[in-house]
Amino acid sequence: MDFSFLSEPAFSGGGTYFDWVLTGIKWTMLVSLCAWVIAFTVGSVLGILRTTNVIWLRGPATAYVELFRNIPLLVHMFIWYFVMPEMVPKALGTWMKTGMPMPEFWSAVFALGFYTASRVAEQVRSGIQSIPRGQTNAALATGLTMPQVYRHVLLPMGYRIVVPPLTSEFLTIFKNSSVALTIGVLELTAQARTISEYTFRTFEIFTLATVVYVVITLAVVVLMQYVETRIRVPGYIGTGR
Amino acid sequence: MAMIEFKNVSKWYGKFQVLKDCTTNVEKGEVIVVCGPSGSGKSTLIKCVNGLEPFQQGELMVNGQSVGSKETNLPKLRAKIGMVFQNFELFPHMSVIANLNLAQVKVLGRSEAEATEKSRALLTRVGLIDHAPKFPGQLSGGQQQRVAIARALAMDPIAMLFDEPTSALDPEMINEVLDVMVELAQEGMTMMVVTHEMGFARKVANRVIFMDRGEIVDDASKDDFFGTTRSERVQLFLSKILHH
Ligand SMILES: Nc1ncnc2c1ncn2[C@@H]1O[C@H](COP(=O)(O)OP(=O)(O)O)[C@@H](O)[C@H]1O
Ligand SMILES: [Mg+2]
Repeated sequence: MDFSFLSEPAFSGGGTYFDWVLTGIKWTMLVSLCAWVIAFTVGSVLGILRTTNVIWLRGPATAYVELFRNIPLLVHMFIWYFVMPEMVPKALGTWMKTGMPMPEFWSAVFALGFYTASRVAEQVRSGIQSIPRGQTNAALATGLTMPQVYRHVLLPMGYRIVVPPLTSEFLTIFKNSSVALTIGVLELTAQARTISEYTFRTFEIFTLATVVYVVITLAVVVLMQYVETRIRVPGYIGTGR
Repeated sequence: MAMIEFKNVSKWYGKFQVLKDCTTNVEKGEVIVVCGPSGSGKSTLIKCVNGLEPFQQGELMVNGQSVGSKETNLPKLRAKIGMVFQNFELFPHMSVIANLNLAQVKVLGRSEAEATEKSRALLTRVGLIDHAPKFPGQLSGGQQQRVAIARALAMDPIAMLFDEPTSALDPEMINEVLDVMVELAQEGMTMMVVTHEMGFARKVANRVIFMDRGEIVDDASKDDFFGTTRSERVQLFLSKILHH
């Protein structure tokens, strides 16, 4: 394999092909991290709502999850990018098409974020529901209100339980961010494809892209392992009794 | 006025009636032992007292307040009634001292320092002060249950509910928990205790309630219960549990 083409001046933009790769990494990171912020916050709220016994909170949250996780991610991308500007009030739609900065980027972030939120919601819900009913009873019996029970008992344990599945979701979001190339976000996969078209170094450039994805994923794994050790509960082994 | 007063309380799970017309009361300072076969409704009965289980019929007065009434502030009422569970139910992610402090701070509004002082005194009392910084998972079952009792006492309860507090314990740990309970009873705590520990009942109970299929079939003073006049059903049950 010969990677010397990376230092050659690129077809456009003034930099080298390596600069294109860096730009790709930048957009992959930006799309993934911004989408994760949405996925984690919205997903947490939805997951918590799904565990309440208030039907008008639980119902809409359930509907959201079932709708969003059953539509392919690619369709989410197209809806946010092509359909949304037509659905919103006319003035806003015009602004989204002509005035909004980086429309591909934000469409990708919203699509990936709100889609992944439905998956995060399921993880959070299962985590909370895996806590035995007795914990809630014990907390209520001391006089805590239900919101306080969530705040001090259910959520701290629930999130600890779902760190491993949430790590998977976090990893998946980096991989899924490549779908953003379909609406024109120049993230890593898109850049690799373009570079291969200009240089015919298909094998090398996709090898490089693969290595970058692996490095990002390993970094996430290491980070989450650190998180896991930080929140580990001394003497606690699972929820089984 | 009785501290806890059941008046014809009935409860259903769908079509299945778990509690049938239960009537009894617990006076201030009394210790009532509730026993009966598994599935007879003992846990359900005792959980009605602090509103952890709702019921559909009858009335239940606790400290002059109607538990089933919409106007009753349940968290406030619960804060005054301590409860101890079969599976301890300590919060696993909190240290022992934090388990005791939580409701004192969040419900009673005590300062962290006040709460800690109270918690340390109670841990000393149940013989576990050295374990204050540990986590529940690092303690034995008997130790966890003593912490759970201390956690309930930290709220200065006017009555204590126990739901089979020693059933999940290895035999050698049962007594360390019963000792704490006996001491509480002798100090005049109002207690409603679901247990099959007849030694405990003999020692400190004022009355023994026997439940079967959701009904209170026997509600007798300790002497009558362990005397000769008890019903066949109770006799059969006692002979079963006293054998092992
Ligand atoms: N959530 C529930 N839904 C339906 N049935 C229940 C529920 N909880 C308890 N039961 C039933 O109610 C009966 C009484 O239960 P419980 O009060 O736990 O009995 P005990 O404590 O005496 O063993 C049992 O037959 C049990 O199966
Ligand atoms: Mg029970």
